[in-house]
Amino acid sequence: MTTGPMTRTATFLGMPPFPVAARKALADSQLRGNLRDATHTIRTKRARVAGELDDWEQLRVAGAAIKDDVLANLDRYLQELEESLTAAGATVHWARDGAEANQIVVDIARSHGVEEVVKVKSMATVEIELNSALEAAGIAAWETDLAELIVQLGNDLPSHILVPAIHRNRSEVREIFLREMGKAGMAARPDLSDDPADLAGAARRHLREKFLRAKVAVSGANFAVADTGTLVVVESEGNGRMCLTLPEVLISVVGIEKVVPTWTDLEVFLQLLPRSSTGERMNPYTSTWNGVTAGDGPQEVHVVLLDNGRTKVLADELGRQALRCIRCSACLNVCPVYERVGGHVYGSVYPGPIGAILTPMLRGVGTDEATDALPYASSLCGACFEVCPVLIDIPEVLVHLRGKVVDSHRGGVPAALQAAMSAASWTLGRSGRLELVQRLAGLSGRVLGRGGLIGRMPAPLSRWTDARDAPAPPRESFRRWWARTDGGRADPGSPPGTPGKAREQV
Amino acid sequence: MKAREEILSRVRSALLASPQGRASDIGGHRGIPRDYAHTRELPDLLGLFVERVEDYQASVIRTDEAGVAAAVGKSLSGARTVVVPQGFNPSWLPDGVDIRADEPALRADELDACDAVVTVAVVGIAVTGTIVLDHTQGQGRRALTLVPDIHVCVVTADQIVADVPEAVHRLNTCVQRGRPLTWISGPSATSDIELDRVEGVHGPRTLHVVLVESATA
Repeated sequence: MTTGPMTRTATFLGMPPFPVAARKALADSQLRGNLRDATHTIRTKRARVAGELDDWEQLRVAGAAIKDDVLANLDRYLQELEESLTAAGATVHWARDGAEANQIVVDIARSHGVEEVVKVKSMATVEIELNSALEAAGIAAWETDLAELIVQLGNDLPSHILVPAIHRNRSEVREIFLREMGKAGMAARPDLSDDPADLAGAARRHLREKFLRAKVAVSGANFAVADTGTLVVVESEGNGRMCLTLPEVLISVVGIEKVVPTWTDLEVFLQLLPRSSTGERMNPYTSTWNGVTAGDGPQEVHVVLLDNGRTKVLADELGRQALRCIRCSACLNVCPVYERVGGHVYGSVYPGPIGAILTPMLRGVGTDEATDALPYASSLCGACFEVCPVLIDIPEVLVHLRGKVVDSHRGGVPAALQAAMSAASWTLGRSGRLELVQRLAGLSGRVLGRGGLIGRMPAPLSRWTDARDAPAPPRESFRRWWARTDGGRADPGSPPGTPGKAREQV
Repeated sequence: MKAREEILSRVRSALLASPQGRASDIGGHRGIPRDYAHTRELPDLLGLFVERVEDYQASVIRTDEAGVAAAVGKSLSGARTVVVPQGFNPSWLPDGVDIRADEPALRADELDACDAVVTVAVVGIAVTGTIVLDHTQGQGRRALTLVPDIHVCVVTADQIVADVPEAVHRLNTCVQRGRPLTWISGPSATSDIELDRVEGVHGPRTLHVVLVESATA
């Protein structure tokens, strides 16, 4: 028995709220460089292959409509899926939350007496922290996707839906492999270079022995077809095929929103997903299977249908559209906020724009500060909506959730925002008051402003300045300048400027 | 309440407030706008298929029926032990290779010791450069085309369709019969390290396609 993978729960709990974490991430120039290169590369590829199809918009409309139909009739499609899966020889389990799903997986693994399972990259299993649950039960869970392997061996957290190790460069990967592979199984050769092909070769050798001996595999699914009981896994490396094919037992953890009504509906999603995700016309491998196939692949097949907050999202009539998401990550790659801060600061397995709406709805707004900060982690520029293959209007949902966050904090002591609004109303009520306040501000700006900016202020003003730099007020207000210079005629060369130079907004 | 009943009940109460879109029966017309292209007019279907497969760093040899064995032989160059699934046309095999049958089923480590596998496919997709296997005659169970490092796949011209919707349509009967499918677009690949595409991680690192233009499957 080899030693288990490095203990690191997938949990993001305890992460500081977005504005605090973002400050640290923004200061990491290596991270920002890696992210800029990566996101720009993928978004360019995506735009090119999406542009190749002259019916791209019609595909998006169809994709959204199919998912909306699924959501509006989810109870019936889930029962149909259960029937089809059962008829195909699979055992269907239902899990209300992560703990229940984890217990089901642990019990199945235990019933086979295994000490390890191999895993295909699956967002749902990271969401429910399955690896920790398995580890607590004495079962090692080996991640087999290259990026997930880098994250797992590096005792790290995923930072992107599609390329979870996007924050690591090649020399960091080499160091992790040299240091950690030997502890988890076959060691990397000491002369390992930092060439990506060489690193991929090391992963191939390291994982092959695990694939060949594994008895139990755990996967997610990209789609679950209700009328045929077909599960679909879309991947690149072949680690998915290994896990879905070689072991004797296969357990797939599937979010209840993954159902699509018919096999024919895949003609839409198998065009939308690869082009939106990796920017390829088709991903290298797509596997589909219907329960158990005699003489081919796992002869014991389990499917765990997972709620874990999805019905809460469904109950939000406007926010429900987030459940259309097919996890392509196109919204991350075009987001000006994600590009600069990376995935970790979102404090969830679902980062970027989709995470900023999905996470608060899955967890519920008003539960903790970090979750409530997420709907504000956006400039509302709308780039995410433009690329979303299933037309999720992320900005609309962000604004909707901001409203819910504010509502959840109503009552009790008046918030700073309300106090500020009252003050503004008094100030703007009479022109004399405005002039007085502007003169005071001009004076205070000289005291507080550095480089033309006001940095962090004490509470309650910190609630504004923690996340934003405010320009320091000018020495002279526009009204005073107008009066002094006769509307600029007496002194055309000096309009009321701000002290210091303009700064690029980030 | 059991988990199943509770989840279904949560779903129903979530939908109670907004009943629009609830279908009276599943399976009928669901009001999905499907005005996307169901086929594509391609001036050179086979030419595009070849171009798109080669785009993934896979090789393609175009040949007629008589040239298949030679093309397979050329694709196999260097491979010593070759797995050949049941039902593969023996006249398409070259001389001088050590053929392993999957009868009785090879263990995973035995498969791992084989250099290559030769199969046919059921569908080829031109626009995406994809071949699809349903793992019936001549294709073998899924592990055969996964573990060996070289995959040589013989497809016939009549199997090539323009794009994904036609392929999904053709594959409908396979799926209704419960067949597993493997869609293959080039060799195994990853871009996980600095988005630098590397051919070959866990699946076959080399994919050769032999396109037979005069034969029917």
